[in-house]
Amino acid sequence: MYRIIKARLKQGYNTSRFPQVEPVLPPLFMGRPEVDAGACRGDCRDCMDACPVGAISRKGETLSMDLGKCLFCGECARICTSGAISFSRDYRMATSGRQDLSTDAWKLATALDAKARSVFGHSLKLRQVSAGGCNACEADVNVLNTLTFDLSRFGIQFVASPRHADGVLVTGPVTKNMEVALMKTMAAIPSPKFVVAVGSCAISGGIFQGNEEVCGGVEGMLPVDLYIPGCPPNPWTILDGLLRMVGQIGDRKKGR
Amino acid sequence: MSTLTLRNGQKASFSQVPEYPFAEFADLFKSFITQGFSVSSYFGVPSGDGLMLLAVLTNRNQGNLALFRTRIEKTFPSLTPEIPQVHWFEREIAEQYGVVPERHPWLKPIRFHKSYNGSLDAWNRADEAIEPCVTDYFRVQGPEVHQVAVGPVHAGIIEPGHFRFQCHGEKVFHLEIELGYQHRGIERAILRAPLGKAIHLIQTLAGDTTIGHTTAWARNLESLSDTVIPARAHAIRGIALELERIANHTGDLGALAGDVGFLPTASYCGRLRGDYLNMTGSVCGNRFGRNLVRPGGVTQDIAAELAADLNKRASTTWKLTENAVDLLWSTSSVLGRFRGTGAVSSEDAVRAGLVGVAARACGLNIDVRSDLPWGIYQTHAVPSVILFSGDVHARAVIRYLESRHSVQFLKEELKMLPDTPTFQSTGALEGDSIVVSLVEGWRGEICHVALTGADGNLSHYKITDPSFHNWFGLALALRDQQISDFPLCNKSFNLSYCGHDL
Ligand code: SF4
Repeated sequence: MYRIIKARLKQGYNTSRFPQVEPVLPPLFMGRPEVDAGACRGDCRDCMDACPVGAISRKGETLSMDLGKCLFCGECARICTSGAISFSRDYRMATSGRQDLSTDAWKLATALDAKARSVFGHSLKLRQVSAGGCNACEADVNVLNTLTFDLSRFGIQFVASPRHADGVLVTGPVTKNMEVALMKTMAAIPSPKFVVAVGSCAISGGIFQGNEEVCGGVEGMLPVDLYIPGCPPNPWTILDGLLRMVGQIGDRKKGR
Repeated sequence: MSTLTLRNGQKASFSQVPEYPFAEFADLFKSFITQGFSVSSYFGVPSGDGLMLLAVLTNRNQGNLALFRTRIEKTFPSLTPEIPQVHWFEREIAEQYGVVPERHPWLKPIRFHKSYNGSLDAWNRADEAIEPCVTDYFRVQGPEVHQVAVGPVHAGIIEPGHFRFQCHGEKVFHLEIELGYQHRGIERAILRAPLGKAIHLIQTLAGDTTIGHTTAWARNLESLSDTVIPARAHAIRGIALELERIANHTGDLGALAGDVGFLPTASYCGRLRGDYLNMTGSVCGNRFGRNLVRPGGVTQDIAAELAADLNKRASTTWKLTENAVDLLWSTSSVLGRFRGTGAVSSEDAVRAGLVGVAARACGLNIDVRSDLPWGIYQTHAVPSVILFSGDVHARAVIRYLESRHSVQFLKEELKMLPDTPTFQSTGALEGDSIVVSLVEGWRGEICHVALTGADGNLSHYKITDPSFHNWFGLALALRDQQISDFPLCNKSFNLSYCGHDL
């Protein structure tokens, strides 16, 4: 017992003060990409050819990046000689709509409506389903339960039974072999229920899009309420997204 | 009779791999296993109208690999009765190419997908939809014997798999593990993809082993293109690989503590694991080491300032890790649960072909870093840790002591990074060649085999994650245990679902 208390003192207090205090991210961290339409020469397609997942397209005059597909490999920024693509250090990337994930229509996630917030704003239970996830997204979701993030202080918890859940958090491209299990889990959750798609795989199939063994993400299968892009998203990106959805960060932030 | 003998990562012309009629192939296989070789990979390669089987065995005493092959028709005699460690490989061959290893004692699919040959599969199914894990299960009969089925979706944030227990009260007679839910078709997608895209499939084949798998991939392509990478790149890869090991081992020690309800270590290690991941994040921007290792070297350097910073962080984080983990060894309730739980005998470990931490916990002195060292490990040895009790306790202690050696290794490396560039561009791949790259990932031996066609493109790519060898070890560990000890045993192996399912 004495040893345990001594260790407790040595380990110290490590829970971050997020969201009041911004997280510290490594210098090379790649956050939300920015496309400088003015700088783009417009007559080459180096970035599009370099992208392993076809995340870059030209929409009329502007170059657009789809964060729902992007793996954040940085190839496009490296190859572009005119510096049209760069990665900011902004870890806030979650959106409410699929189209909001495009750099040309970029829009951060908004909170649930007032009625939903009054119920789920400070108590949201999620069932996590890994449907072909490589264990990186899973790990960065799981880490929110550690004391650095201490997810439960925001009233958000991962539960074992779908019957106890208010929604699912899906990772992975949804393999054909997990399709039934995912749909059954979803059906077992009482309504109203939310769907959170974490990682480019869950949003678009990611690097696996087009493989016959996968469904290509939850889009079209489940109604998604929150998209959290990345491969995998940084834990702060995930936490920020969840808190935006329940209205604890962002426009509708209520004095906390 | 001879084989093609290769060093770890050495390429050869494919025609040098000797081919034997099946009977001779089988005799050769058995004699090598009797001499103590282990199966690193054994797989089918379509060739003409038929199928070629290629054996990649590891001779740890001599530090090299033995390769030989045979050709089969629709059926071939199973080697499993004599060489139990090929049981899973034969099931994979059967499932992928619709061939039948006759006399296989338990021939079932392992990933639940259609056969690659497009016609009848090994179970004579043609067009029926294949449902995951819908198959025969071993049944223990008798009054009061009951079955417990768990998964695919488990309680917790964890990948899917299906576990079937045959129980008598709390006691488990037998556990059968069926996987395949994570199957994303990676091996075939690699062959369709340009190399620049394929690396991303490798990075995500087991996301917690990004450095391990990308290192194996990169070494294969470097060997095939005769690229010699700079010394500093080798050192940085080693540092990243050991960071990956420490992070995962630390996380596992915390999870083991959590599974026996000892929360202090569970909470501290969960956080400390993140601190190690953040060190990888400082090297390349991503906590899992994404986009760090590329054929030709590494994409990021560790400048002097960062090296000093990482060195300091490694010291402080390791001190806190020792402080957190030492609580386990001084708490009798924890030791009571760890000791004697989920024991695997060394004979079973050899017969099942276990690798990595799980094998070393059973007294098997195997570690690719010392047996077939590559890159930085050729000049900087990391001691392996061997224990003999084969139980949860041994697997936990090995994780702890290995991490200590890894911290030592990376601190030394950070102080003496060679003064060279970190990247050397690679050229075209040599055609009609074969290369095998082994890497000791944090779970154990990772094996990648690359074959090229006449055009110099990859014609076949075989990945064997350590979990492929070890899932059956977990089944063995559960024999005669309490079903309530399953989470603890499972964590002590902590195997990859996606690395197995590919
Ligand atoms: S960073 Fe994203 S958009 Fe750019 S090349 Fe990589 S995956 Fe494509």
